[in-house]
Amino acid sequence: MEHVLKLALKHAESAEVFSVVDEEIPVEFEANKLKHIQAKQSSIVALRIIKDGRIGYAVSTGSDEPEGLVAMAVETAEFGMEAKYELPYPQDYLPVQTFDPAVERISLEEMVRLGQAMVDAAVKANPEILCDAGASKHIASIGILNSNGLEAHCRSSLFSLGLGGSIIRGTDMLFVGDSHYSSHPVDDAAPVIRNVLRQLEWAGSQAKISSKTMPVIFTPHGVENALIAPLASAFSGKMVLEGASPLKNRLGQRVFDPALSIDDDATLDYQPASSPFDDEGVATRTTALIRDGVVENFYYDLYTASLAGTSSTGNGNRSGGGLPGPAVNALVVKPGTTSFEEMLADIKEGLIIEHLMGADQGNILGGEFSGNVLLGYKIENGKITGRVKNTMVHGSVYELLNGLAAIGNDARWVGGSLYTPSIYCRSIAVAAE
Amino acid sequence: MPHINEIALELKRIIAAQNADYIEARLESARSCRLGYRGRELETVAQSSSTGGNIRVLHRGGWGFASFNRFDGLKTALSRAVESARLAGNGSSRLAHIEPVSAVAPKPQHNPQLLSLREKKSLLDAYNDIMWQQAPLNTSFIGYSDGYKTTLFLNSEGSFIEQSRADINLRINAVAGKDSSVEQSGISVGTTGDFNQIRGLEKDVREIADKAVALLKAPRAKGGEYTVILDPVLAGVFTHEAFGHLSEADFVYENERMRELMTLGKVFGTSRLNIVDDGTIPGLRGTYHYDDEGVGARKTYLIREGKLTGRLHSRETAAIMEEEPSGNARAISYRHEPIVRMSNTYIEPGDATLDEMLAGITEGIYVKNWYGGTTSMEMFTFSGGEAYMIRNGRLEELLKPVVLTGNVFTTLMNIDAIGSDLEMNQGGGCGKGGQSPLPVSNGSPHIRIRKCLIGGQ
Repeated sequence: MEHVLKLALKHAESAEVFSVVDEEIPVEFEANKLKHIQAKQSSIVALRIIKDGRIGYAVSTGSDEPEGLVAMAVETAEFGMEAKYELPYPQDYLPVQTFDPAVERISLEEMVRLGQAMVDAAVKANPEILCDAGASKHIASIGILNSNGLEAHCRSSLFSLGLGGSIIRGTDMLFVGDSHYSSHPVDDAAPVIRNVLRQLEWAGSQAKISSKTMPVIFTPHGVENALIAPLASAFSGKMVLEGASPLKNRLGQRVFDPALSIDDDATLDYQPASSPFDDEGVATRTTALIRDGVVENFYYDLYTASLAGTSSTGNGNRSGGGLPGPAVNALVVKPGTTSFEEMLADIKEGLIIEHLMGADQGNILGGEFSGNVLLGYKIENGKITGRVKNTMVHGSVYELLNGLAAIGNDARWVGGSLYTPSIYCRSIAVAAE
Repeated sequence: MPHINEIALELKRIIAAQNADYIEARLESARSCRLGYRGRELETVAQSSSTGGNIRVLHRGGWGFASFNRFDGLKTALSRAVESARLAGNGSSRLAHIEPVSAVAPKPQHNPQLLSLREKKSLLDAYNDIMWQQAPLNTSFIGYSDGYKTTLFLNSEGSFIEQSRADINLRINAVAGKDSSVEQSGISVGTTGDFNQIRGLEKDVREIADKAVALLKAPRAKGGEYTVILDPVLAGVFTHEAFGHLSEADFVYENERMRELMTLGKVFGTSRLNIVDDGTIPGLRGTYHYDDEGVGARKTYLIREGKLTGRLHSRETAAIMEEEPSGNARAISYRHEPIVRMSNTYIEPGDATLDEMLAGITEGIYVKNWYGGTTSMEMFTFSGGEAYMIRNGRLEELLKPVVLTGNVFTTLMNIDAIGSDLEMNQGGGCGKGGQSPLPVSNGSPHIRIRKCLIGGQ
């Protein structure tokens, strides 16, 4: 890294080297049988330079000569955007824990055992089910070095379990699934199994639903795949700056239900999305996005913050090895006090959404979502009466999340970067066959 | 840069000494470039180079896989892949027979990496200027990427294949807003490396800017069942999502119930319906000479005259289902195992005209262009970029974009008219099993579908 930095500074006034070395080992079951064991090693080195006041950028898999990387970056700097920001200086980081060496020591045999336990439990509950299941361990080392003297290193561990099952009868297909992510080893598949078995139980029969508006409960999975993308987009400092966020003039105003509070938080120990610094070396923190229904903050990377006249919130993200842009680290929805059973008991006729397919195809910028209820259940007189099919819902997060009926006390992590309870909304438009 | 040809020769040597049912290796060397505009700014100009490889081993029906982008530990990677396969396998290995191939596939005609950044930027600058001169926008996005990749494939059966591919992908989106309402309109195009094919889009760019603004005032469709007409672009996405994925044998081969459902000869549509996957059509993004298992690309009729006649295979799914391999095992990069994927998938043209399809619709929706699509095998959803109300056989007002959904099986049966105007859609890419976006193309003529569910209030 030092060598690349030195070489780059022969051509540029500032430079930053970002490197990731990682190894991922997934063990995968297919159709109830152990099928694939993989070991994926990779490394990338990314170089960002400021040359004649402009940004240049190049990335390589690290086995190339550093001269080639520098030459590519120099070539792009001629056309790059004007550097309106400085690379960060050394700064204090919170002592965020991200690495548990025990993850490295988990054996393949143990991962096979966990996968088998999930498959066995699902098959025992329903002999018709065909499962894809797996366990995966992932160790990554991130390093950032820049010409302002910043030097940051972070090692992280991630262990995950996943179970997905399908039951097919004629052309009728049921898909269930859950996963669990942690920076610690997970030696018990029971929580994942429990959630999948609950889905199987609730989807055990089919219920009729007709086109009308009705109350809806989004389970944590439902929150993740229906509501999060429009919110993450609306709070992006970049969308706000460009006027593409419906929240652009709403800072400090109450837009959502007073019971709703959401933070972006990368500082929680041993959570998969946590890190003491973001992909530009800026310290991470807890950023309140919604506090008691009020729009509190937007999130920024260095560049967007410089344009908006504010400072980075530690949300610089380089997904896919590109130039950093603002992205959420981990969203934490503040749990409420209502139990899932209490929500159910409150509903005469309604819908539970567990998995909405196609939700990301709607007008996300405008806060809308529209999708097919791939896994959802009908509620009648406070009881789940079965799975609904051929059902579409349409809603706007601004309408749904303003005037909530209740927020659940059942918060959990879904997918490693969202902590959320179930959310009970007063009404959603349902279109059914 | 380490020369992948030398590494391939070393791999060939060390693979021969291993004891496993089957071993293959894939090495890749790629260069790509990206330009990204947000609003009026050219925000991202980036170049990348990547070199890497993998070794995949089949033993007693279990697969072991090791990928890497350092080449100093090939023997360790090989023994890891072999050990993984030994741990995973406890049945029997089955691969459809193919004759070993020793070939250097013809090189792509165009290499976009040879064009200067200046030339690429000047075209995109022009599009951006046109878009902003055309209409009052809040923002806009232009995402351009191109790449050139050379792959070497070798296996323990004696195949040794060198193949290169070039790719260009461009997406332009205009975003307009008023009060708290935000709307967008976009185009997405792709080519197999020929930059000239993305020139001349000025008219389209003007249209999307106007459309984004017009959508702000457009009413929303009322949710419910409609007769819909899809334009060739969206009908192509429908073909890919609703039927293409279902014909991928990896969803079927180990699932008794799916095998029953997907029995060859079964009726899926009217006798006018023909659906094809063809990886051999020159100039399309889904085209290749050999797939990532070294099997030659070919044309496969998936549906002929309404009946299921074929499906897409890897060597393993073909062997287990006792069908012919189809050359559809593809991997997005050396970091992934090949899985069953589409190439260029389309509905063959019929003889209906758009006017004939419109006639006889009392109330319906005409949907054009695409925004996205996904499938669960049984159910699909896809979203159109623009929609128009149809009343009494006439196209009427513009509607806000709609999401269509339905049951794959009933919807295919409900296609009651197929146009003569086949067009291939080259934009975007396909995602499956964490591998996205894979270059594919899809296409169709205009089609009419009875009883399609549209989301809305």
